[in-house]
Amino acid sequence: MLYREAGQFKTSYQADQAIFPIAQDRWFVWGLVAFGFLVLPLFADQYLYTEVLIPVLILSLAAIGLNILTGYCGQLSLGTGGFMAVGAYAAYNLALRLPETNLIVVFLFAGLMAMAVGVLFGIPSLRIKGFYLAVATLASQFFLEWAFARVKWFTNYAPSGSVAVGKLELFGMPIQTPMEKYLFVLAIVVVMTLAAKNLIRGRLGRMWMATRDMDIAAEIIGIRPLYAKLSAFAVSSFFIGVSGALWAFLRLGSWEPLAFDINRSFQILFMVIIGGLGSLLGSFLGAAFIVLMPIFLNQLPGILGIPMSTALISHLEFMVFGAMIVFFLIVEPHGLARLWAIAKEKLRLWPFPY
Amino acid sequence: MLGPIIETLIGGLLTGVLYALVALGFVLIFKASGVFNFAQGAMVLFAALSVARLSEVMPLVFAVAIAVVIMVVLAYVIERLVLRPLVNQEGIILFMATLGVAYFIDGFGQTVWGSDIYKINLGIPKDPMFFFEGVFPGGILIDREEVAAAAVCAILVAGLAIFFQVTRTGRALRAVADDHQAAQSVGIPLNYIWLIVWAVAGIVAIAAGMVWGSKLGVQFSISLVALKALPVLILGGFTSIPGAIVGGLIIGAGEKLAEVLLGPILIKTFDLAGGGIENWFAYMLALVFLLFRPQGLFGERIIERI
Repeated sequence: MLYREAGQFKTSYQADQAIFPIAQDRWFVWGLVAFGFLVLPLFADQYLYTEVLIPVLILSLAAIGLNILTGYCGQLSLGTGGFMAVGAYAAYNLALRLPETNLIVVFLFAGLMAMAVGVLFGIPSLRIKGFYLAVATLASQFFLEWAFARVKWFTNYAPSGSVAVGKLELFGMPIQTPMEKYLFVLAIVVVMTLAAKNLIRGRLGRMWMATRDMDIAAEIIGIRPLYAKLSAFAVSSFFIGVSGALWAFLRLGSWEPLAFDINRSFQILFMVIIGGLGSLLGSFLGAAFIVLMPIFLNQLPGILGIPMSTALISHLEFMVFGAMIVFFLIVEPHGLARLWAIAKEKLRLWPFPY
Repeated sequence: MLGPIIETLIGGLLTGVLYALVALGFVLIFKASGVFNFAQGAMVLFAALSVARLSEVMPLVFAVAIAVVIMVVLAYVIERLVLRPLVNQEGIILFMATLGVAYFIDGFGQTVWGSDIYKINLGIPKDPMFFFEGVFPGGILIDREEVAAAAVCAILVAGLAIFFQVTRTGRALRAVADDHQAAQSVGIPLNYIWLIVWAVAGIVAIAAGMVWGSKLGVQFSISLVALKALPVLILGGFTSIPGAIVGGLIIGAGEKLAEVLLGPILIKTFDLAGGGIENWFAYMLALVFLLFRPQGLFGERIIERI
């Protein structure tokens, strides 16, 4: 009864095409953003920032990137970790070699470099499809991982192969404390999510979705597969590159190529699938789920008071994680976003039976 | 100069056979059920762990026999709990499910069997053989274990070929691989076929696990061998058993030769910190082949209709 669109008349095209045409949705999202910016900083502690909020936000961004490629354009990719690494090392090298560069420019550069590499590795998608493409994208993952480990110039000839960023600041304001980092990440994620939403609603997004649903049919109605697929690779890699740079600069601080190995790719893919293919909301829900579950599993033996060795805990964690993935896929193959949609449908009638 | 190159080539070809052994398991399952089974690597690890730990307390033959029983039970459990509820879902969902299964088996295997490095002793002498000592200075060195592995692989492939071509179940398997619905409509029970296929893949995993385990020692990194088998798979085609063998040979020889011939050149020109190009070279090689044949060398022609 509370959540109904009855009586909300759209009297202009603008109102009809709004991102959230239902007023309750609009208020809810505004409220959520305000909560994130204003209320959370009042009580969050360092652990919450560095272990939960910042990872969830950054990985959501990567999940949005992969979702654009896999969920909206239908090109399965296992190279996400590699593209994140491109973003991270591009940002590192720009910040290192031109120290005066504004932080925003650094992250834009990271995105653009990842975009260029992504388009390059996206070219085979014009010829290769399905699981063949998925395995082929592993080529980019392993090649990029190798390149950043071996080519000394990328790591500025650091003997250990690990690199670190210096002090971060934006327009003279330092970004040092977890709260400042969190607010910075949140601002970037909000802006980029808005951009993604609008891209998907527009001409480009419709081209992607047509290609996903059936690429030959899309080609026949006049969508150029070259343009549709490569633009999806470009936009997706841009998002992933920015998230890689954010992950390196604001979450890790110092890192080596191992931070962006194939397990990272699988982690992001899990987020997209568990959250829901072809849903921006799903990217956030999936990221939250995948980040929070290991934390929870890690705490569980302590809460239950069962003493266990760390090796055993990590093996059990693997088991439970795998079982949860299978369980979720069986219960709801379309992801958490679908559960949310079902809940909203129910809410329209609640508390009445029909 | 020629001697070392031939030696590398032969070593590469024999390693390629080992890759093919892992790729075979993928092909069997993809052919019969259309599932891209990422858990094959985990199954290889699990099988190797089972054989290694069981052979500590009993003769190898019994250990292998019990491992076969374990893999069949595992196949049954996977078919029952994972595949049956997910029937008719999209390929990507099934792929993710097998990733979940891979995590589960990795964790389960190490919880039950322990996570140290274990040994499998196949009783093959470790000392290498030398050939053609008259032709090349120093002769050509060949690893006996790898020759044995190649023999195992040949026997396995021959056995599978006979199984597929001659037996009644084999014919049913080929029918399912051809067309699920048509096979079902003539009365072939799909669930039973899937159980058979996963069990056979499990037995192939035992062979692969024993060979790799005796080569590298049985440890977690064996499950990463699956990542080496993937380029073999796309090069040969997802649906072709001969493709897995030929692909394995090409990848094995290609990456060893590249490491020896191309590696030093790359290191010199780009000032690299060490080579290690075999991690990605196989994928690039497969990618180049795919650009000319998108379905792999021996894969079924992809026909698309609207």
